[in-house]
Amino acid sequence: MIVERSIDAYKDNLATNYALVVVAQKRLDVKSLQRANSIIDTVEELSADSVIKRLNGGMSKKNRELLKVTLPKFYKLKLKHYPTPQELEELNKKLLRTQSIKKVESFTKTHDTTYKLLLLFKTVVSVFAFTVILVTILLIFKELRIWQFQHNERMSIMGLFGAPVWLRSAVLFRLAIVDAIIAFLLAFILFSYLATTEWVQKQFDSIGINVVFFDTLYDSLIMLGVALAISILLAVFIVLGHKEEV
Amino acid sequence: MDKVIVAKDLSLAYNNEETIINKANFSIDSGSFVFITGASGSGKSTLLKSLYGALKPKAGSLVVGGVELNGVSSSKLNFLRKHLGIVFQDYKLIKEWTVEKNIMLPLIINGYDKDVTQSQVDSLLKHVKLRHQAAKYPQELSGGEQQRVAMARALAHNPILILADEPTGNLDDYSSQVIWNLLEGANEQLKTTVIVVTHHIPETMGVRYKHYHIEFGAIREVL
Repeated sequence: MIVERSIDAYKDNLATNYALVVVAQKRLDVKSLQRANSIIDTVEELSADSVIKRLNGGMSKKNRELLKVTLPKFYKLKLKHYPTPQELEELNKKLLRTQSIKKVESFTKTHDTTYKLLLLFKTVVSVFAFTVILVTILLIFKELRIWQFQHNERMSIMGLFGAPVWLRSAVLFRLAIVDAIIAFLLAFILFSYLATTEWVQKQFDSIGINVVFFDTLYDSLIMLGVALAISILLAVFIVLGHKEEV
Repeated sequence: MDKVIVAKDLSLAYNNEETIINKANFSIDSGSFVFITGASGSGKSTLLKSLYGALKPKAGSLVVGGVELNGVSSSKLNFLRKHLGIVFQDYKLIKEWTVEKNIMLPLIINGYDKDVTQSQVDSLLKHVKLRHQAAKYPQELSGGEQQRVAMARALAHNPILILADEPTGNLDDYSSQVIWNLLEGANEQLKTTVIVVTHHIPETMGVRYKHYHIEFGAIREVL
């Protein structure tokens, strides 16, 4: 969740800093441009004054005004999210189909490099997460065997004295719930600590993103829910897999 | 007299292996004391297992306490077992529970209230002479002491039928005597039916008993 959130924040950050420049012969209808291209967030007209100032030497006021009228219009387009290369290509084509637009500068090369880096980062993180999940599942199955060994004998003896299934497994479910709560508390303490650590904040600041590292309520509920679900599922597997001694 | 056990053409076998008990017919009166003897591997323990439903009949009918065990549902089997007291050769005590809690097991299962449970356990601990060991765990006790705990557990809920599998098999004389006294006491005073599987019938038995012998898959009464 933290990695996903960080990547999303980084994408937002890229989107904020990324813009296309559009050159048009006439003034553009900004609203219709946005309507036609839903990915466009804002359209800002760039002032021609700075260009004209540079050409100022020996030019009369009248000529300057004339130049100002004849100069093409420049627009800076900000997007709602960081586009994929396909989205960018499509947007380029769409914009160029608009009659008055003569050129679209999308800084393709820089965009592609950044996007590929982001993809690489996501892939590496996904592979790592998959490996961790795989190891966790293996550990859970080991734990299942240990629990089975620990509780089978007691459950069998209780069964011989007529204990119903719920009573035989009550201890197991109680232990499962207690274990889940302990695991949750340990994780909660660790993440709460990391969330307040300056080092972690510095890492995020260094890549220019501002992310909620640990949402105390939402993340806690998710963690507790997952811990309880896994533990109870394990207990259910043990109860279902229990065979009475003959 | 009421019959607590009725077997008709009862055959017993583990899975699809060879038949151990073959078409046995017998009945046991309520309140009687019964010994079942036989050579090792003759099927004594197998028969006892079938009486508490751990082994389903391969063929025939076996009724214990009014419950037909051939094709019995798990809820009916639980109902029957709540009214049985079972003593195993290997004690089958719960290792992670104290002596006191082990004795409480049938009382917990039968839903006795705390006060009754505690006073019953105290009284039984006194009977089996283990009051000082109440807070200990089974592995801290000798074999004889563990079997006395198992005996107390079997008696705790005043069962209609006590099934004992070689209850004094590996015990010292003192523990053996305590076990026999308790079994005789339950039979005489509470009119509990007692069925004991054993190699040897003790010579000092003070109650009238019936004796069945198992040989070559057949059960016959020894007169």
